[in-house]
Amino acid sequence: MTVFLQNLVNALQWGSFYALIAIGYSMVYSILMLFNFAHGDVFMTGAYIGCGIALLLVGLGSAGILVLPGWLVLVLTLLLAMVVTACLGMFIERVGYRPLRDAPRASAAITGLMIGIILETGNLILLGAQRVKFPALIQPVTYELGGVFVTNQKIMIVIVALGLALALHQFIRRTRWGMAMRAMAFDYAVVPLMGVPINRIAALTFALGSGLAAAAGILFGMAYPVLDPYMGIVFGWKSFVAAILGGRGSILGATLAGFLLGFIEIFVAMVFPSTLRDFIAYSIILLILVFRPYGLFGEPYSVRLRL
Amino acid sequence: MSLLAVENLSVSYDRIRALHGISFTVEEGEIVCIIGANGAGKSTTLRAVSRLVKAEPGSRLRFADKDLLAYGPDRVVSELGISHVPEGRRLFENLTVLENLRLATFARRDTERIEADLRRMFRLFPRLEERRNQKAGTMSGGEQQMLAVARAYMSGRRLMLLDEPSMGLAPLLMMSLFDALRELNAEGTTILLVEQNARLALQFARRGYVMENGRLVLAGEARGLLENPEVRRAYLGG
Repeated sequence: MTVFLQNLVNALQWGSFYALIAIGYSMVYSILMLFNFAHGDVFMTGAYIGCGIALLLVGLGSAGILVLPGWLVLVLTLLLAMVVTACLGMFIERVGYRPLRDAPRASAAITGLMIGIILETGNLILLGAQRVKFPALIQPVTYELGGVFVTNQKIMIVIVALGLALALHQFIRRTRWGMAMRAMAFDYAVVPLMGVPINRIAALTFALGSGLAAAAGILFGMAYPVLDPYMGIVFGWKSFVAAILGGRGSILGATLAGFLLGFIEIFVAMVFPSTLRDFIAYSIILLILVFRPYGLFGEPYSVRLRL
Repeated sequence: MSLLAVENLSVSYDRIRALHGISFTVEEGEIVCIIGANGAGKSTTLRAVSRLVKAEPGSRLRFADKDLLAYGPDRVVSELGISHVPEGRRLFENLTVLENLRLATFARRDTERIEADLRRMFRLFPRLEERRNQKAGTMSGGEQQMLAVARAYMSGRRLMLLDEPSMGLAPLLMMSLFDALRELNAEGTTILLVEQNARLALQFARRGYVMENGRLVLAGEARGLLENPEVRRAYLGG
């Protein structure tokens, strides 16, 4: 039982990363009919940007110029990195995807792959091949509850991930901008007829998705403090799986699927040798998709792509 | 000065010409229809006015003395007040009735006027008020067409472009829809309508144009067109 609960805690943390990245995939896919295959590398870039900001703030602190408590450094790092990465996302949309809006979907998909490679190699050129260490921002505290060990950091990671997912869900349900996003997910071609500037909605979608990916990157950097330029690839692919598993355009679906992925991976590793982890975990997901091809929470949409 | 003046409008899809330099006008306060067979280019004409398809060089489109081609599709709606009821209604079926109407006011800032317009639409189509919190996709075809018109009105009411509004409607519903449109027209909304149902369109409009293979081949008072032997033979069943 304690082993189970311990793994549950670990799975929640692990799933938080998938959930945050999957949301970005899912939103862009539903609103622009586009698989943004650069998204995993946006997560990586977000982690680096967050790391840079954190190092800067910590450096300012130790130089005595601007001494801030650790939690405030973390909050500032999260906010600033999310904003900067959101700008990166909007830039990618503007330069990479918007010119291909009406091009075959395969062209847009390989554009994503190319942008991903550019981000990876750009990072290598800029920072060199050595790995970067993410600074520790909060004093680790470990709580023991009936034999289960929980750190304050794990709690923080799960709460931030859930909070961001929920905030985004509310944004999409309740605001005018969110309404436009839902409308675009249903029938893209008619939205301009409502007087809605679809390019701005597209930019907003990328900004939100990239912001969440940056948050995932920073949370990941805090849990596993060594960053490398290729860390986004496997994470990106797996989150992409979570996005599809969650169902097209469903924020809650992507979030739940992200956590589900985390659970399956962690619990498979609990029972089987860890070398078999992904083999078995992704066979299970393949099976789920066979029975639910639209994912867990797929929403209906119009198949007519033009007016 | 015409409200809408289209001159030499050409449009191509994938190098196949759909419109061959058509010219027509719509005066303020008018109801004008374009009739023609399926594939004649009627919908393309409306799409060009809404700036959803590219007009070829040499095309001139003016609206209220402004160059329409200088506006993008969303600004045609939000700044010029040209609304478009697309063929097949194309509602956002995943949104509620009220959300469909609110979305159409996305770019508007005249809050009080928005509420007044909303009340106006609910008075015109009481069914929509009853179903305001229902998903648009769950309504009947007639109610959906009402919502499509109301949504367009909310987005802009200076000129309303209507693409086959009668399609799929029972005669009685069709009549009440056209009555509602006539009311909106009497309140100042200019209407440009394209229809395959030529008789209905010509009875409703003041002036009409006949379109064949991407060209306007006839123009005139709707009454005159109804009695024109060629029109009768080709579009009114003799």
